[in-house]
Amino acid sequence: MQFSENWLRSLVNTDLDSPALSHALTMAGLEVEDMQPVATAFSKVVVAKIISAEKHPDADRLQVCKVDVGLPEPLQIVCGAPNARAGLVAPCAMVGAELPGFSIKQAKVRGIESFGMMCSSKELGLSAEATGLLELDSDALIGQDIRQYLDLDDHLLTLKLTPNRSDCLSLTGIARDVAAITGATARFEVILPAAVELSLRKAVVVTDPLACPRYCGRLISGINAQASTPAWMVKRLERSGLRSISAVVDITNYVLLALGQPMHAFDAAKLSGDLSVRFANTGESLSLLNDQAIQLKTDDLVIADAQGAIALAGIMGGKPTAVSDETTDVFLESAFFVPSVIAGKARRLGLSTDSSYRFERGVDFGNTRNAIEYATTLIQQICGGKAGDVTEVIGTLPARQPVRLRLARLASVLGIAFEQPKVAQLLTQLGFSFSVDEDVFTVTPPSYRFDIAIEEDLIEEIARLHGYDHIPATPPVVTLNMLEVPEQQLHLNQLRDGLVFAGYQEVVTYSFVDESWERDLLGNRAPIKLKNPIASNLSVMRSSLWGGLLDTLSYNLNRKQERASLFEIGAVYHQEAGVYHESTRISGLAYGSAKPEQWAESNKEVDFFDVKAHVEVLLGATHMGRQLVYEKAEHSALHPGQSARILLDGKDIGWLGKLHPKWQQQYDFAKSTFLFEMDADALLSRHLPAYQEVSKLLPVRRDLAIVLDENTAVETVLSAVKKANIPLIKEVALFDLYQGKGVAESKKSLALSVLMHDTQKTLTDVEADTAIANLLQLLQINFDATLRN
Amino acid sequence: MADLTHLIAEAKADFASSASMNDLEIAKAKYLGKSGTLTDALKGLGKLSAEERPVAGAAINVVKQAVEAALTARRESLLNAEQAKQLAQESIDVTLPARAQSQGGLHPVTLTLRRVEELFHSIGFEVATGPEIETDFYNFTALNIPEDHPARAMHDTFYIDEANVLRTHTSPVQIRYMENALKTNKTPPLKIIAPGRVYRVDSDATHSPMFHQVEGLWVDEDVSFANLKGVVQDFLQKFFERDDLTVRFRPSFFPFTEPSAEMDMSWNGGWLEIGGCGMVHPEVFKHVNIDSEKYRGFAFGLGVERLTMLRYGVNDLRHFFNNDLRFLSQFR
Repeated sequence: MQFSENWLRSLVNTDLDSPALSHALTMAGLEVEDMQPVATAFSKVVVAKIISAEKHPDADRLQVCKVDVGLPEPLQIVCGAPNARAGLVAPCAMVGAELPGFSIKQAKVRGIESFGMMCSSKELGLSAEATGLLELDSDALIGQDIRQYLDLDDHLLTLKLTPNRSDCLSLTGIARDVAAITGATARFEVILPAAVELSLRKAVVVTDPLACPRYCGRLISGINAQASTPAWMVKRLERSGLRSISAVVDITNYVLLALGQPMHAFDAAKLSGDLSVRFANTGESLSLLNDQAIQLKTDDLVIADAQGAIALAGIMGGKPTAVSDETTDVFLESAFFVPSVIAGKARRLGLSTDSSYRFERGVDFGNTRNAIEYATTLIQQICGGKAGDVTEVIGTLPARQPVRLRLARLASVLGIAFEQPKVAQLLTQLGFSFSVDEDVFTVTPPSYRFDIAIEEDLIEEIARLHGYDHIPATPPVVTLNMLEVPEQQLHLNQLRDGLVFAGYQEVVTYSFVDESWERDLLGNRAPIKLKNPIASNLSVMRSSLWGGLLDTLSYNLNRKQERASLFEIGAVYHQEAGVYHESTRISGLAYGSAKPEQWAESNKEVDFFDVKAHVEVLLGATHMGRQLVYEKAEHSALHPGQSARILLDGKDIGWLGKLHPKWQQQYDFAKSTFLFEMDADALLSRHLPAYQEVSKLLPVRRDLAIVLDENTAVETVLSAVKKANIPLIKEVALFDLYQGKGVAESKKSLALSVLMHDTQKTLTDVEADTAIANLLQLLQINFDATLRN
Repeated sequence: MADLTHLIAEAKADFASSASMNDLEIAKAKYLGKSGTLTDALKGLGKLSAEERPVAGAAINVVKQAVEAALTARRESLLNAEQAKQLAQESIDVTLPARAQSQGGLHPVTLTLRRVEELFHSIGFEVATGPEIETDFYNFTALNIPEDHPARAMHDTFYIDEANVLRTHTSPVQIRYMENALKTNKTPPLKIIAPGRVYRVDSDATHSPMFHQVEGLWVDEDVSFANLKGVVQDFLQKFFERDDLTVRFRPSFFPFTEPSAEMDMSWNGGWLEIGGCGMVHPEVFKHVNIDSEKYRGFAFGLGVERLTMLRYGVNDLRHFFNNDLRFLSQFR
């Protein structure tokens, strides 16, 4: 809400200067979002009248003017403005004037002395552009300082009001709050009923007295719709951000700003019969003032005449009944519609009007009648006409239930105690009526406050007026208990640290992604779509973090990075039969050389097994005592020969693999890219360590090389050995893999180290030989493996 | 018996000219070997008389000991020289760069969230989480923002469908946590912070459609607005490691708190908006069946990117989601 500071000051006398007033408003919850002077500083500019204008003898475009500036003698001023002419009243900067950016000196212009400068609005800093001198009213007082004449020592204040403070959507309301905040007195214009000189009136039927608890309307006939709006009103409207349109419209807007009461004027000649306030009928339509034709819904409240809807109640009037220059009779409306009936309706139509904005939040139903009287008086003053009697329909006005305020509760909520007289004083400043019984106040909120229904509402008012600044910052005093620290539960931060240690940089990418990533890269046929995405390439919720990682890689490669290890932890989203699921994933990407380029090691490109090691960093403590399997499997994003599904205790927890070459090509990546993604929750539990006897005896190691089919997965061999649990064999590990000379075609050789151990006694060679024989037999039977010679 | 003392000097000279252990062994043999001079002399003792023998023997032994001592000394010196030589060969340029490892790092938003979590953890706050695709009920209705309430228009919500939105704030986690606490018979004090991603339909130089908030909630029998101010001020002072930092509360409006406030923080001589807060609204307590006569609560929401920008001097919000490695690597 924007308004003129001077207008406000005309309603409430406060000693505060502009910055202090602005600060006081902000600290009381009426945030001053902006404060701008109406005009930049300038001096010695007066209202002046051109007495005569003669062509300059030596310049085609210049005139030599005699200008009356209120001094005994007129001044000679050379002027180049196209509209400079005898009789024109315009601002004149006298010699010595300081204008925005320059000062006025006595000067010779093409040989003729000039004692000042006639000014445009641009030269005074009042507008960005101007075509000629600023033309002033012909009856302006010659010689008066222009700042005074145009009321330029004023500020435009813009309040950022919270939705609960609809009472401050008018100058009256703001003045009232300034009075409450500062203890100053507000002086409001006394509104008297307009003279009734017309016997005509329209009957109004309100079918739903809950939706429209108060309706006032009256006819005014014989007005001059073309009368011009007085300058003072235009100025106040303009300083409130409203353009002057026509006298009647300006007056309704002015009353809206002054009192907060939305008004509407119908062209009475275009109304047929009496009026009703009712919900729209099925199939009814209305052409609005803004040329929008709408189909009404049955929960839209309308004003209707005998023919049908003529206005969308509280939102906008209809086009056919609008006031025009030809209008002579108007029907003026001032009503109260309840917020719940208006709320959301304007938004549904893509509209927000000054009227709907106020009705949605609450309009003072105690002022409906006053507003129509005030508007009538203004119309009579400006446009003439005779007013009929007011038709007023009163239904069920909102109740203003008394609200209890206990001093004890006040103290416990705010953390500071208040004396009873202090609270009484603040409530009085607010203009609330109340009674006191011991330490309990009973307060009846006024009709203009829609935000006082419970005790906390009053507590907030007291706090606000007392000043939040005057409430101390006090640490709480509490009973302390330790928090639970579940040892088997890991924290995401531990996973983060693991990857950072492995050289990965964390990134944060958008949760909404390009639909094509989901569909093509991830094979997600039914991604969750946003109804109102911010951009078409951010239209669906991601089901994997890979899209964001690949995009980030692309972004950085374009900025000359040559290698990258990236990870992200974040939510992914799925839908299943209309139900949304989300889970946290940890996902990584590695590209380029495995280590930074350096003197100490030769460059090696990152490969599957590097990234597999990083995956195992994450699996760290989690998979102890559990079955971890990498299963060769295909994924739409991955190279079919280099991708694995990761299973933990048989449960699918993620993927690991190389980006499919077709995607590598599409993204224009020069090198292979490796990706992994796992369900973070699966990685967040660990076993509790349980001590087992440490043997005093030393283990025996035997190494053996076996040859088997090259397609046999090593993991199946190792897990089969583990599962067989051969007596004495504690651990079998792969320490070399060989294919080539010496090993038959389509075979591979595995070098295994076998650790054997007996916790009770030292192993004999015979026992060790037997164990190895058992192992070899197992490998031979299950994998057709032979000992390599 | 001839005087053998001259052998000491000769042996010393021979030993000194032995450049290697091998040469030294050869030189040793000349004096102490099977047919070395001293060995021979000792063998010759047998030919002497019983009277002469001890005297001559003693004299030989003196010489022999001197030669042996010279040998040991030379041996040590040769060994030292050899070791020194090997050490010299093994010497490296210690100023060469370390073997390069990939350097990882955390996102600055994570750094801030960690600090926030750690600070609140130190006074007993637990971390709570909730879904990002949130129902209209939890995001709005349960927070006392009924349908068509003007406060909804302030939220610029991303909609999934009629009943589901991308959460516009972390406040729904309050509701879920309190509801769940009640189900599990956990009673106040309830102290949580809820960090996470939130979404608003807004994108320009100072707004991102996705950003992070931390919600805080403390429900107890005796917590007040003054305590809220105290906790927030304590947090900001500790977070920024500045004792002189103060917090200013300005009256504001959130449907789920009352009284409500905007929090401003003193910064470089001015005030910076840092988040919203207030006392939990009785309507919210009613939604989760907490007796608002017995308990009071306060809640606050902080903008994580804002805190991060101030902490590290980042001047453009867009850096956080562009993920330029030249930016991210500054936070290692």
